[in-house]
Amino acid sequence: MSTRADAGTLASASDAAARQPRDGVQPPSRGGRPARSSARTKARIAELAFLVPALVYLVLFFGYPVVKNLLMGFQEYTTKTFFTGEAPFVGLDNYTAVLGSSLFDKALLNTVLFTAGSILGQFVIGLAIAVFFRRSFPLNNVLRALLLLPWLVPLIASAAVWRWILDTDYGALNRALQLLPFIDGNPAWLTSTSLALIAVIGVNIWLGIPFNATILYGGLQEIPEELYEAGALDGATGWRAFRHITWPLLRPVVTVVLVLGVVYTLKVLDIILGLTNGGPANSTQTIATLSYVRSFKEFDFGQGAALGNVLVLLSLLFAVVYLRLNRKAVDE
Amino acid sequence: MSAVPVSTTVVDSDAGAPVSSSGKPAAHRWISTAVGVVIIAFMLFPLYWMVNVSLQSGGGAVATPWFPAAPSLDGYVQAFNDQGRNLVTSLVVSLGSVVLSLLIAAPAAYALAQFRIRWATWVLFGVLITQMIPGIVVANALYSAFSDIGLLNSLPGLILADSTAGVPFAIIVMRAFMGSIPPSIVEAARVDGAGQLRAFVSVVLPMSRNALITAGLFTFLFAWGDFLFALTLTTTEDVRPVTLGLYQYIGTYVSDWSPIMATAVLSSLPAIVLLLVAQRYVAAGVTGGAVK
Repeated sequence: MSTRADAGTLASASDAAARQPRDGVQPPSRGGRPARSSARTKARIAELAFLVPALVYLVLFFGYPVVKNLLMGFQEYTTKTFFTGEAPFVGLDNYTAVLGSSLFDKALLNTVLFTAGSILGQFVIGLAIAVFFRRSFPLNNVLRALLLLPWLVPLIASAAVWRWILDTDYGALNRALQLLPFIDGNPAWLTSTSLALIAVIGVNIWLGIPFNATILYGGLQEIPEELYEAGALDGATGWRAFRHITWPLLRPVVTVVLVLGVVYTLKVLDIILGLTNGGPANSTQTIATLSYVRSFKEFDFGQGAALGNVLVLLSLLFAVVYLRLNRKAVDE
Repeated sequence: MSAVPVSTTVVDSDAGAPVSSSGKPAAHRWISTAVGVVIIAFMLFPLYWMVNVSLQSGGGAVATPWFPAAPSLDGYVQAFNDQGRNLVTSLVVSLGSVVLSLLIAAPAAYALAQFRIRWATWVLFGVLITQMIPGIVVANALYSAFSDIGLLNSLPGLILADSTAGVPFAIIVMRAFMGSIPPSIVEAARVDGAGQLRAFVSVVLPMSRNALITAGLFTFLFAWGDFLFALTLTTTEDVRPVTLGLYQYIGTYVSDWSPIMATAVLSSLPAIVLLLVAQRYVAAGVTGGAVK
């Protein structure tokens, strides 16, 4: 199935490419009515002018960086380059250096754990909250609006307050935990190598819940109420209604939430830098933060670019694999 | 105060099933409200803590009391002294990004929604793909390019870079809205002799007011919250957004958290204002799609 869909996409791509010159630029008038033809060309150009600024911007600020990073990945691109303008090509040196270091394995593992843990937590809690808010009760709208707040506040402001909440000695979390009878001592959330990643994932789950809950709530609202009424007649209520009515119909929205969630989480940088700076002892270093360190701390832009490219590749890989699996599941 | 059940039959099916409001005893519904309040209280606790700590100055790095019994604005005074300039920088960069993003995105959204361009889907696909490109990749390439053309440590440089979040978002939001404008309205203007540009400015834009406001508000928030480009594309204190100021605040040894939290509160104000003001526009943007 998936291969057929791919072939279809490719076919329409080449189709579009073949047609584009014909439609985009009118061929010189063939005898007939030159005036009208040139008027149409003019109208066509006027229409294209609407798109030009956006195309130029997208090419300069997304196209160029991607191509430039691909090139830089093969170059020795350091502080020296900014003075001499020379960035000699070094083949795969950057990649062997980056992939060969033990730090890479750690960062890759952290990236996978961070992404999987964050998405799982955000999605499950977000869905539970979305389902809860489908009930009708007083103040529902107000509370749902307030839920958005953590998502709208600057990430670095959230990171700052969490840093203080998670403080080992005086943080609000540990002070609250002290009130419980079975907690002994103060967990060093952000300063111990065994807890830091868990703490960072926890904060990121908190950050992602509003987005997940809001989008999933929107999806739930699209499901017609009659289906539940019909289901209830057949005895499908509670969990069975969720399993057989809500979940299948929510699937397209779930796909969007999960794909966007993973793609966004893979590239997270702010929250980790704000909470731990990748530490202690690299225990929260991910590929994104490592790329930042290589480029902007050690000024080895070649290696930073190589890591950035690995990140893009991971993103693409996930999107393709997930969308294929999903399509297969839907076909079955 | 006893709650009298209004209706006799109550089919309570939770787990995603909508429950009609009329068929519920009032007490039952208020219990749901209470649960909702607890959920939101948990979710908003960090923001409460931000405000709480910002109002309790001079305690040093010790446990902050749970409530601001004797609130003081000293934290805010110091925050304004240290970060006032950075707040202004953030404001200028964010407003600049809104203007630039809307100027670029509005015509493109209109073209993608209304013109018959065969490769329009490809452009849209490209816009969606941009969401997969990590900011660090963009920053990595822009650093050297900006350094060559002198855009490091500059307002225009940050405005251009920050708009990488706003432009794709604005195109997607406004295209969805402009697709619902009946072509006949634009054609009527064209028949009256308006050129493509005039029809766009005097007919399409006024009709898309809500979509423009929605896109603009979110673009503002994106630029306002930007941290990565502030971190990588500025090296001096000349142009320093408040997000970076806050980061450097927490990077140094912290002896008093109240000015830091006061800065965090100040940097969160636009989000709070958006929630109060834009709720209406977001809703209007959705329902306003049905034009007569």
